[in-house]
Amino acid sequence: MDTSVENGLVTRSDLPLRVSNSKTPEAIVKAKQRIRRSFRQIRTENVFKRTLVIMGIVMVILVMGILLTLIVQSLPSIKALGPKYLWGRVWDPVQDIYGAWPFLLGTLLSSFLALIISIPFSIAVAIFLGEYYPKGWLPDLLKNTVELIAAVPSVIYGFWGLAVLVPIVRNLESHIGVEPIGVGIFSSSLILAVMIIPYAASLGRSMIQMVPSPLKEAAYGLGATRWEVIRSVVLPYTKSGLFAGILLSLGRALGETMAVTMVIGNTSIIPKNIFAPGNTMASVIANEFTEADKAVYLSALIELGLVLFLVTVVINMIGKRIIDRFTND
Amino acid sequence: MKLNSFKIKTSLAAGAVFAILSVSMVSCGGGGGSTSGSDSSAKSSSDDNALIGAGSSFDYPLFSKMFSEYNKSNGLKVNYQSVGSGAGISQLTNKTVDFGASDAPMNGKQDSAVTAPVIHIPVTAGAVVLSYNLPEVKDTLQLSPEVLADIFLGKITKWNDPKIAAINKGAKLPATSIVIAHRSDGSGTSNIFTTYLSKVSEEWMTKVGKGSSVNWPVGLGGKGNEGVAGLIKQTPGAIGYIELAYAIQNAMAYAKVQNKAGNFITPSIASVTAAANISIPPDSKVSLTNTEAADGYPISGFSWVLIYKEQKYNDRSSDRAAKLLKLISWAIHDGQQYSGALNYAPLSPAAVAVGDALLKSATYDSKPILQ
Repeated sequence: MDTSVENGLVTRSDLPLRVSNSKTPEAIVKAKQRIRRSFRQIRTENVFKRTLVIMGIVMVILVMGILLTLIVQSLPSIKALGPKYLWGRVWDPVQDIYGAWPFLLGTLLSSFLALIISIPFSIAVAIFLGEYYPKGWLPDLLKNTVELIAAVPSVIYGFWGLAVLVPIVRNLESHIGVEPIGVGIFSSSLILAVMIIPYAASLGRSMIQMVPSPLKEAAYGLGATRWEVIRSVVLPYTKSGLFAGILLSLGRALGETMAVTMVIGNTSIIPKNIFAPGNTMASVIANEFTEADKAVYLSALIELGLVLFLVTVVINMIGKRIIDRFTND
Repeated sequence: MKLNSFKIKTSLAAGAVFAILSVSMVSCGGGGGSTSGSDSSAKSSSDDNALIGAGSSFDYPLFSKMFSEYNKSNGLKVNYQSVGSGAGISQLTNKTVDFGASDAPMNGKQDSAVTAPVIHIPVTAGAVVLSYNLPEVKDTLQLSPEVLADIFLGKITKWNDPKIAAINKGAKLPATSIVIAHRSDGSGTSNIFTTYLSKVSEEWMTKVGKGSSVNWPVGLGGKGNEGVAGLIKQTPGAIGYIELAYAIQNAMAYAKVQNKAGNFITPSIASVTAAANISIPPDSKVSLTNTEAADGYPISGFSWVLIYKEQKYNDRSSDRAAKLLKLISWAIHDGQQYSGALNYAPLSPAAVAVGDALLKSATYDSKPILQ
């Protein structure tokens, strides 16, 4: 903090020094005014800087506070159930047996499946908007439409999924010979895939637009085709950004609640295949929190929130490592 | 010097911000689940013309009608938060509401959590019906308790099972598999249904048990009545349980269920009221499931308003307590006229009599409130 104050004085010290030589009264008054003004500027500078620091610290405190609350509130369940909670396969509120494994599996399965489905679309949209048609009415329309996907409330996706998507999936299931239920992990992954496309697509588009044109022009100059430019210049240059977008959309998929709970089938039986009904951690919390009438039950649900939190943190950390490796080579 | 004092000021301000934040974090950590009601109760404790209730979502449509009518005649505002029975009980336990509402009486653990006795006043009755999606079956499906339990245990898996055919003579039952739909959210509806199954099936009692959320052996979960209804409507061969009122309003097909006396009963407002026409214990905490009444629908249940027996707690005024009791008394008498139109079953005379006696037992500072 002191250095900035000193810096401020140092940069302006030439003025008062010169004035002190002349020593006329008006000059001294002027010099004082200048000093006062520079103090004011320094103060504004400091206030601004401090605001930024405080805002940053508030965010850290907030996340730490959430983590702390989750840990404190899940203590009764951790004490009562121990680590077996993580791989227990039965979730029975009547007999106070709680195992999070079916929901952990359901969360990871539906999110990663959604990610796999969404990647081709989001990358394609990003390349189309970033490289092929950055301007014009059609790309504008496409860009706004994709961004609108992120703005639609998730309950609407849920209803749309239940009314439109589920019957289509049921039809598909009866053709490929699995039990035609319609709702299940596959349906929820499809809904999630649609919901998360905009995150990866928007970030990817801005990354692709930021590729320096001299690089691309050089490649074109060497006779590369458009596909070759994209493959050997644009994608390598933007891969960390594209990956960051995918990571962002994965985070969204892990935590999505409303749309998933409406189409996943909500059963605590471990899914046998991707068409089977299942459940996710977020949707169990949303479903059972209001009527959790026992202390251990409530605490087990909060522990589910803690597990979800940690899963998200771990996946983000792994993602960061991958991004670092990308940018290093 | 100026700079120094400024620095101190900002760091003080920053410190204050952190202090406030950390305090709020800690209070969140210690306060438990239900902090939502505390604000409103603090605000309204100065305003005795507005009561706060919370609980059962099943009661909500009836309560909104009743309380708006009561507001027209008496000018009393009632703010009812439809947060679910369990949450309503915990808000009453934390004394952040004037009354709670629940589809199930308080259980042992909830009873031990409250600091003072709570009285249960039956306010309405509802039923849980079995709705199904069998376009081929023209007549109303009939179900016996054993068949119902076997279906929900996953032991009967096809619609043309001999056990179903035996009680539905003449019906053209398809060879499709049965898809079961149940509530995924904790609910009083599930509680009534699983209580019924536990009473009629030993196996259900030991394997699954009763509660607002249970570990379903088979089937799909839908959120809310609308979620279950959606699953039933969409999936051919589906069967699930929903509230009677919801089934009537949405014109869904629902089955007749055999009661204890052996009669197959169509669920209706009349057969639910009939189910409640049994001898009710003085504390009114009775489950109507598997009723003794010969013309009563077996999967019915009361919904209760819960209040503290001693109304003087926190800094409540006697005026507020009197207003609350008058409101509930009105709800179980004159208020019942609004139930029929909303597909709730009006209270049976026996239930009203028990409710009256319970209301008279409520006190303020150990003196009775209602004469």
